[in-house]
Amino acid sequence: MMILQVQGVSKNFGGLQALSNVTFDLPEGQILGLIGPNGAGKTTLFNVINGVYTPSEGRVIFRDKDVTGKKTYHMAHAGMARTHQIVKPLNDLTVMENVMVGACFGREGHNLKNARKIAAEVLDFVGLNERSDQLAGSLNVGQKKRLEMARALASHPYLLLLDEVLAGLNPSEIAHMVDIVRRIREQGITIIMIEHVMHAIMNVSDRILVLDYGQQIAEGSPEEISQNPKVIEAYLGDPKLAQRLMRGGE
Amino acid sequence: MNTLKNYAGLLTSLVVVVLIALAPIFSGNAASREVVFTILRAIVLASSLNILLGYTGYVSFGHIVFFGFGGYVGFYLITAQGQSLWVAMLAGGLVSGLLAYLLGKAILRLRGAYFALATIGVNEAVRAFINNFEPFGGPTGMTMNFSVYQQYGGAMQALEMTFYIMLVLTILVVILSYVVRTSKFGLGLLAIREDEDAAEVMGVVAPDAKTWAFVLSAIFPGMVGALFFFKNGSVEPLDAFPLHTSIEMIVMVMLGGQGTVLGPILGAAGYQRMRGLLVTSTIFKNIQLAVSGGLLLLIVLFVPAGIIGWARQRWPKWRGVLQ
Repeated sequence: MMILQVQGVSKNFGGLQALSNVTFDLPEGQILGLIGPNGAGKTTLFNVINGVYTPSEGRVIFRDKDVTGKKTYHMAHAGMARTHQIVKPLNDLTVMENVMVGACFGREGHNLKNARKIAAEVLDFVGLNERSDQLAGSLNVGQKKRLEMARALASHPYLLLLDEVLAGLNPSEIAHMVDIVRRIREQGITIIMIEHVMHAIMNVSDRILVLDYGQQIAEGSPEEISQNPKVIEAYLGDPKLAQRLMRGGE
Repeated sequence: MNTLKNYAGLLTSLVVVVLIALAPIFSGNAASREVVFTILRAIVLASSLNILLGYTGYVSFGHIVFFGFGGYVGFYLITAQGQSLWVAMLAGGLVSGLLAYLLGKAILRLRGAYFALATIGVNEAVRAFINNFEPFGGPTGMTMNFSVYQQYGGAMQALEMTFYIMLVLTILVVILSYVVRTSKFGLGLLAIREDEDAAEVMGVVAPDAKTWAFVLSAIFPGMVGALFFFKNGSVEPLDAFPLHTSIEMIVMVMLGGQGTVLGPILGAAGYQRMRGLLVTSTIFKNIQLAVSGGLLLLIVLFVPAGIIGWARQRWPKWRGVLQ
């Protein structure tokens, strides 16, 4: 079953064409990597999928329903969750309360008591359980990224959009986060992730989609992508580097 | 014992309110009753505003509009329609809530400073409307025939009764404030306060939540308006919609601690006490508003969390009691 279908989506801001005619289908349970140079439109594509922006053209179909132009909270209720590239912690609330918001207002709409239970489980899963009574504003960047992840997971989503969860992390934090992503997939949650950390995304993704200047320049398995001349020219640069990335990482 | 602990925050707040009200109840002193009546009114207004300002993070510079509008409608019902005080208060609360609902739909899409500016405009617009609305007496307002008080056992008894009604309203508003603060709805409001976009991405339906917060923050000021002008015996536009009182309400909330239940209670009581001293002092009586302005500046600069917010940071163990 296709969990998400993006059909001919374009988005322009005034004269700037941020996305043009992006089309792809995402089968349930897969991890789709979204890569491309800075300004290629990756985050814009996320914003169109989860309702921050209405596309200028095209349709977004989530779980067989046309959700084009729905608000972000509609998407949350329908079972889509996301993290932000620039983290958005609810600073003056505790870590626990942050995650409870996800459980209370997401797809399942739990009451406070159940939300507390779910939040505790999810915080345990991402390794933040010891910080649950701390204010979110007092966490460091790596912890804030995990908090974003926990909030998204607490809604028990069908589809999770991860926007550069590895950026700014040190190597051991990256390894930890990649492990978390794998375990999320094992729970049956479909994932789209934007990432610049190549060895990680090449290893974790089932398929990869490459954007450049808002155009979809390639789509395929990590092997195909790393050998695609267009991708090498636009993004990866050196062909040998691309092959090293495929071998490295793990 | 466990349930008692769960409600410790509510109990502290209620005890404070009752302590404030005790002196005139026991002494029977009319002057002290008047002072406490004013303090209770300030607590109702500040606690109501706190639902919007402290929990939801939206600054309303015109919140007194709900007090004035509810007061006018209640007064009209009593004097022109011969209704009882109870009907007047109920109607005052309802029309203020309704006004907030309609306004919320219109202006709560604005954020930050733009919303604050719009609320000033709303207060001035309603005042201008009432100024020119003949059924409400236009610029001269309305006065109440003394005989109205007869059905409450005479003016003295009516005066005393308004005090106890005000006390009940204060207790109800504190309970409302606590229930909102500790509910799922309240968690949604706090999320909006911290980051509205992030809250929406997590599924908080911010437009609805904000509108209902606005409505809840308007109902009690409307009821108190009806009660206040019943006691006052007259109502006119300048008394009903004083813009500076809106700002004083903000000072009270900020002083005590925005976003807490106890904060606005202490802030209102403390501010009202200070104001009483300033107004009667020969040096400060003409510049007491300047003192409020200075106070607000100091709070924002040095204790932005207010007294209770500061105490909660200082003594985390007491957070259960200091809510």
